Parts: sequence; structure tokens; C-alpha cells
Amino acid sequence: MSGGDYVRQMPEVSSDLAQRSSLVQRFHIDLPLLVLLLALTVFGLLVLYSASGQSMPAVLRQVRFFGVAYVGMFVMAQIKVRQYQRWAPWLYLLGGILLAAVLVAGTGAKGAQRWLSIGGFRFQPSELLKLMVPLTLASYLASRPLPPRFKHVVVSLVLVGLPGALIMLQPDLGTGLIVLASGLIVLFMSGIGWGYLLWALILAAASAWPAWQFMLHDYQKQRILTLFNPDMDKLGSGWNIIQSKTAIGSGGWQGKGWLQGTQSRLDFLPESHTDFVIAVLGEEFGLRGVLILLGLYLLIVLRGLWIGLQAQDSFGRLTAGSITLTFFVYVFVNMGMVSGLLPVVGVPLPLISAGGTSLVTLMGGFGVLMAISTDTRRLR
Amino acid sequence: MAPGVTLKDPYLESRLYGARSVAALIVILLLMTVLIARYTSLQIDQYEDYITQSEKNRVQLQPVPPKRGLIYDRNGVLLAENRPSFDLALVIERVENLDETLALLREVVSVSEADVERFKRLVKGRRPYEVVPLRFRLSEEEIARISVNSYRLPGVEIAGRLVRHYREPEVFAHVLGYVGRMSESDAENLDPVNYRGTHYVGKIGLEKHYEALLHGKVGYQNVETNAHGRVLRVLERSDPLPGADISLQLDARVQRAAVAALGERRGAVVAIDPADGGVIALVSNPGFNSNLFVNGIGSKAYSELRNSPDKPLFNRAVQGQYPPGSTLKPVLALAGLHHGAVNAVSTVYDPGYFQLPGVEHKYRDWKQHGSSVDLMMSMEQSCDVYYYDLAHRLGIDNIHSFADQFGLGQKTNLDITAERPGLLPSREWKRRVHQAPWYPGETVILGIGQGYMLATPLQLAQLSATLASRGKRFQPRLLRAVNGEPMDPIPLPAVEIAPEHWTLVHQSMRAVVHGARGTANRIRDGLEYEIAGKTGTAQVVGIAQDAKYDADAISERHRDHGLFVSFAPFDAPRIAVAVLLENGEHGAWAAPIARAVIDEYLRETTL
Repeated sequence: MSGGDYVRQMPEVSSDLAQRSSLVQRFHIDLPLLVLLLALTVFGLLVLYSASGQSMPAVLRQVRFFGVAYVGMFVMAQIKVRQYQRWAPWLYLLGGILLAAVLVAGTGAKGAQRWLSIGGFRFQPSELLKLMVPLTLASYLASRPLPPRFKHVVVSLVLVGLPGALIMLQPDLGTGLIVLASGLIVLFMSGIGWGYLLWALILAAASAWPAWQFMLHDYQKQRILTLFNPDMDKLGSGWNIIQSKTAIGSGGWQGKGWLQGTQSRLDFLPESHTDFVIAVLGEEFGLRGVLILLGLYLLIVLRGLWIGLQAQDSFGRLTAGSITLTFFVYVFVNMGMVSGLLPVVGVPLPLISAGGTSLVTLMGGFGVLMAISTDTRRLR
Repeated sequence: MAPGVTLKDPYLESRLYGARSVAALIVILLLMTVLIARYTSLQIDQYEDYITQSEKNRVQLQPVPPKRGLIYDRNGVLLAENRPSFDLALVIERVENLDETLALLREVVSVSEADVERFKRLVKGRRPYEVVPLRFRLSEEEIARISVNSYRLPGVEIAGRLVRHYREPEVFAHVLGYVGRMSESDAENLDPVNYRGTHYVGKIGLEKHYEALLHGKVGYQNVETNAHGRVLRVLERSDPLPGADISLQLDARVQRAAVAALGERRGAVVAIDPADGGVIALVSNPGFNSNLFVNGIGSKAYSELRNSPDKPLFNRAVQGQYPPGSTLKPVLALAGLHHGAVNAVSTVYDPGYFQLPGVEHKYRDWKQHGSSVDLMMSMEQSCDVYYYDLAHRLGIDNIHSFADQFGLGQKTNLDITAERPGLLPSREWKRRVHQAPWYPGETVILGIGQGYMLATPLQLAQLSATLASRGKRFQPRLLRAVNGEPMDPIPLPAVEIAPEHWTLVHQSMRAVVHGARGTANRIRDGLEYEIAGKTGTAQVVGIAQDAKYDADAISERHRDHGLFVSFAPFDAPRIAVAVLLENGEHGAWAAPIARAVIDEYLRETTL
């Protein structure tokens, strides 16, 4: 196959290295990224074992999710970048339709309609859009000269804003924000003028009051209020944030040790293995553990940005940039909200929080990233 | 491509992307710095605050209630113990649907309306995550049924603890009293530190009197709790000091004999050891099931007890105040001898009545005893005229000061609650309470223990003990030993009278039982020892002048009370007994009860 041809064309490379690189190459795997993801996976499972109250079934469940997610990533990595560019808009359209269907016929959880049941499968269309919005936008902009002109910016904003608004209507503020962020990041990376950014800031500031008044649900307002004053409602919405801050703070530099976190083990922490898992990590592994985690995340971001820089064309670049930076948005929003910097929105900590749906989407994104990465090398 | 349209410039786009990547990286590093600053602030700068808070979350100091002391009789028979009891309780916060859960529970175990009523009352006043009891004392079978259904009953728990149990509640209810759930008013009078964690407290009787002794000292444990306040493990513990086990002077067999002898009749029996004041038996009949009170008696059962005409909750032995009637005569006789108003050979003529000089009113005798009634005869046959005359000659002041030495009119300070003092009238008392002078006629009827005079069966038993020991007196006491350490008797000032006076009165009292015309001589048959005693009859309703007391015509509740005081064996008294038989008509009917008690006590101790 082509791999064999490649080795023959590079006789100065040692056959050993060539053999390995060819294997990785053949399956479109970005080795540094894979190693970093595996490191995070192990770290995540360790924390989950503790956060779930040393429940082996919970860990095995997450292992199965990881299995599905890695397979998904592997499959996504095999698809040619060109195919993404071609099919993304259609999948985007499909996602939009499903999203509308959710609002009409979706099933709820905790007072929000997010799920769609098709033939016994439960499915969150918003997850599909997490990927399809940046891909579609990149596809749209990459086929036009960059930096984009005003007309293209407006179209892009509509392409991003429409699904974003629909998701927030469910209401799922966290996912909506992620979708919006992923789209806006594509615009930013496409070289949009700094003037637009200035205007965006002004608009955001101006719309804060109407948004507060007319768009936010009461519980969302409550979350924002408790951010500024958690003591206001100690046993209600302030409870989570007080307890998570206590958990993190009591970890100190060293942490209380694995499986020794009292806050999570004694049920003081709510959602301790899902959205608030960083509190368990902070309590048991201390600031050291938090820095190690942040270091791993930073390395993944750096690798992602590097893949973007090495990408073959604008579509690859924009997609890689968006996937990478959106990944960091997850990290920042989650770690910010659990430590009381940001209001509580449903954003998981990538690869550490338990849960399947968003993990699969996330790893799918990395699959696309690997496709871009290996696409680049193949053509070098 | 149409003209005028800008062409794509891959080089430019790539450079533009590179610049944006650098910008994005700068933003990312900035945001990371913010995160690191935040986590450093929490984990390093505010570490002390948060570690303290987390410890406070985790660890709770919990009181460990001490085990209540056991109560034994003088022979080591267990009277009050602590039994493990399993209660059905709910944590409301964990119950998914309270109505459904209650309905399901009623299928599984028997839950009465009263249980539900009390439960709902407790639910209103609970703290979050507090365990609220629904049913007490589950049977083994009920526990099993709940366990089987536990998966359908989230928030339902079975809680075990030690609960006071009285072995023979009906027999010992009045003397032991009972413990009950601590009320707010109880809590006000108790040390809040020592009673943290205690739910039961002595409410009445001995249980209340020796609350401090029986309760013990609270212990503490540091426990790790979860967010719901559930205890997960004990970190450190200082054990509670259990309450003292106490032995009583009571003799369970004598107590039972007294209850059996009273049978269905209302009355009281108090038996005292003259040598040390130890209370051998203290019975008020009818008794009640004191175990019902431990976990809160239902309002229906309680009103049944309270409204019963037999007054089962009334402790006749210490609360019942009755005219002592003729049982006071030995005291009068001693007073007369002591003050020289009578002697062994002086006599009185009894025409069947007594009249004060210059007064028409006749103080009737219960029968005409004829001429030359001396002290022996007056006691044996209970001649009233002899004592009308004696009382008149002694005068109220002498009678009061003399009887006062026997503790009449004062609480005996028995170690029990709710004791009443009785009443020993005096001029001063009459003036103070009735704002009236003392009339000579009132002295006359005091001679036969009527009028204002009132005494409790306990006081009469103490009086009997004082007579038996020839004036040596002790405070009556139930407590015999604490944790095996015997208690010393508490001596009281003795009644100092010449020995020959004691001997004469003793002999006259022996004649009451053993004399040919003794008022209580029906009990002498088959006696293996000698009893000295005195019968008494206390009027319940006044009898009009010249009217005759006709028992049949008077409803049972208005018949006279029968009284009997006694001690035995005559030559070396070991037990003094007072018996009250409500509406028993005559002391002669009370005497057999005293004999039964004495028989049991002497039989047992001579074994």
C-alpha cells in the first residue's frame, strides 16, 4: 500500500522507527495526542473511582464509555478531511431539524428537554451540533477568501446563532455556550477584523440587561446571584459552591490523598463524579494535582494548535483551531464554575467527568483532529 | 471565478491563522493563569479556613447516653431493667412519598391511629434528617417483615436502643414510679450537658427521686458523619459512666404478699424494719402497668386510668391522708403515762358516751364498755371514752407536742416523690388556717384520731416502727445499697419515755391481737409468733348525733376506712406494718392483711 511506498522513499530512516510510524500512520493516529489523551483517561478513571465512592461498576461503566469514545475517535480519524468539508453542512442541517424536533417531542431530564428517542435509542441532537457547527462554519468560510467579508460574517453568525439559540431554549445553557463558542472561535481564527471583536464586546455588554430580564430562567439567574454571594442561600443553590470550594481549599498543596477526600466521600459534594469532579481531584490531589491536570490540558491545546498550523488548508486549520480552543473552553468554564469564578452551567470537565454523551463527542472531535493531523503528514 | 471577487491567498490565510493562533495561545495562557491564581488562592492562601470547615463538616461531637442503673430488691430480685427495643422510624427527607410509605407500612406491621397521630406531631417539630419514630417495640416478626420490604421503603429504618422495663409493673408501680420521655419542663430542671442524648427520665416515685444516681454520666464520641448527619464511623470515644445499680430495702415476696392480700380491695400496706427504717413493702392498691408510661401512654388509656373510680394512679401509701382513728390510741396512752394523766391501774367509767363538763353534747363510744376501764382494756377493746377523757385531761398542747415526736404531721422524707405530710392539729395551726380558737371538743375527738387529724399509711407504719423499737426512730428508706455499697440508716431523735410505759403499751397492743376480747383477735389462730397491733376505723362521712352507723345503708364508697398498725414478733420486733383498707368498715378487716405480710416476711427471713 501507500505506507510501504512511503518507507521505500525514505531509506535513511531506521526501519524500526519507520515500521512504527507506518503503523500509526496507517491508522491515522496522532501519537502525541493519543498519549496525552490516554494519560488523562487514566487520571480520570482514578479520580472517578474515588468520587463514585470506590464503585467498581461506575468505573467499568466509564471504561465502556471510553471504549466507545476511543473507537469513535479512531473511526473519525479514518475519514478524509475532504469528506468532512463536504458532508458537514448536511449533517448540520440534519442536526438542526432534530433539534427542532426535540423542542416539540423531546423527553426531559431535570426540567429540560434534551433527549430524542429514536427506536429505543436516546440521543441528544445538541451533541451532534457541537461538532457540526464548527465544521460547517469552517467549510463555509474556507471556501471563501479570508479574512471573511461582512456578508460572510453575518451568514456565519446566523449559522452559529440559530442552533445555539435552539439549544439554549431547551434549556441547556452549558451546551449552548459551547456551541456558540465553537462557532465564534472559527470566526476568530479565520482572521475576522478586530473591529468586529470590539463591536461584539459592546453588543454583549448592551444585551446583558435584556438577557437577564427576558431570556434567563429563574434558576439560571439564581446561579449567577449565588456566584457573587454563596452565603445567600447556604442550603439551597449556594450549597454546591460552598461545598466544592471547601473541598478544593481543604486539599491544600498536597491533597488529602487518593480515596481520602472527606468532602466527596461523605456526600457533602453534589455531582461529585460528574460536573464537580475537579473538586474531588483538588481535595485528594491538592494544587499539585490541579497543576498536573492543567499541564496535560495545556499540552493537548498546544498539540492541537500545532496540528492546526500544520494543516493543509484553511478548512483543516479552522476546524483544528476550533476543536482545540473549544476543548479549552470546557476546561476553563468547568474549573471556573466549580471554584466559584463563574456561574454554574452544565459543562463537564473533559475526560475526567463521568458520563458518555459528551465524552463521545469530545473524542469524535479529537478523531477529526487526528484526521487533519495525519492528512497533513501524508501530503508532506 | 467572477471578476471583482477577491481570490483566495493560501499564504496570507496561513499567516493570518498563525497570528490568530498566537493570540489564542496568549488568551489561553492568561485564562490558565486566572485558574491557577484561583486554585492557589483556595488551596494555599485560604487552606486553613477550608481545612477547618471540612473537618467541621466531617466530625461531630456526639453524646453517648449512659445506661440507666438497675433496681433490685433486698434479695437481689431484679425489679427494673433495660431491654433492647427496636423502633420503626423514618427519615422524612429520604422518603419518596410519605403517604404511600405509611400505607405500605400499615400493611407490613400494625400501626395504630395513635401512632400516626404522634408521628405527625413529631414530624412537625423535627430537624432536617432527624429520625422520627413511628412505632415502638417491634416484634421479631415485624422486624423481619420490614427487612424483607426494605427495598420498597426508602427512608424507613429500624432503630435499636435500651428501654426501661419493669418486671412486675402492677406490684411495684407506686413505689418504683416510672421513667418517661423527657419533656421540655423536665429538661429545664436537668443539667443540659449530662442529659444530651438522654431520652428517658424518672417521672415519679423512686425513679425520679434517685434520677441523679440512676442516670449516670454522659459519654462523648467524635463521629464522622456524612452530609445527611448519618454516622459513618467513630473516631474517638469517651465512654459514658453507667448509672448506679441500686438495691432496695423492699422485699419482693413481701410486696407480692401484700398485693395478694389486698386482692381486689383498695388500700395501702407499708412495712418497715424498726431496726433501721428500711421499707420492706410499700403497696398502694390498685396498681397500674407502669410500662405503659415509658414510651408515652395513649390518651385513651391514660384517661381510663385517671378517671377510674378506684384511682389506680393515686399512691395511697404516701399521698393518701386519712384520719388515723383508733390507731392513734397507743400514742395517747404513752402520752398519758408520760405526763402522769393515767397509770397502769387508773380506770374510767364508760356509759357509752363522754360529755365535757357543762356541755350537753355526747361523744359516743362505738359500744358501752361499762365501769372501770383501765389502759389494758381500753386498748384491747378500743374503748373510746377512755381516750376522750384522757385527751381532755392532757389538752391539745400536750398531745400535739407528744405526737409530734413520732413524726406525725410531717413528711417522713421517704426516698420517693409526692409524699404528703398529713396533719397534726394544734392551737397555732387552727389559728393560722381557720382563724379560730381551739375548742375543747376538738381535743376530745382527737383522742380517737378523728377531727382534723390526718396521717398517711407511711406515717402510721413509721409510728408502728417507733412503737416497736421503744422510741428509737429512723427515717424510712427504700435505698439499701448503691452498687453493692450498703447505705447507713438515718437515725432521727428518739422518743424518750420510761421503759415501763413502753412495756405497758406493748402489752396492751398484744392484747388487741391475743386478748380474749381483742378487736383483732381473729388473726391470732395459728400464729407461731406474737403480734402487737391496734385497729382503727376512720369515718368517711359524719354521723349525726344519736344516729347509728349502718353499714348496709351507706353506699360502699362512703363506708368507714379500716386501719391496722402492728409489729412483730412481739418480744423482738423485726417488722412494723400499717394497713389501710379504704371503705373497709373496720380495722378488724385490715388486720389479716398485716398478718399475711408479717407471715411472709418472718417465714422468709427464718428460712
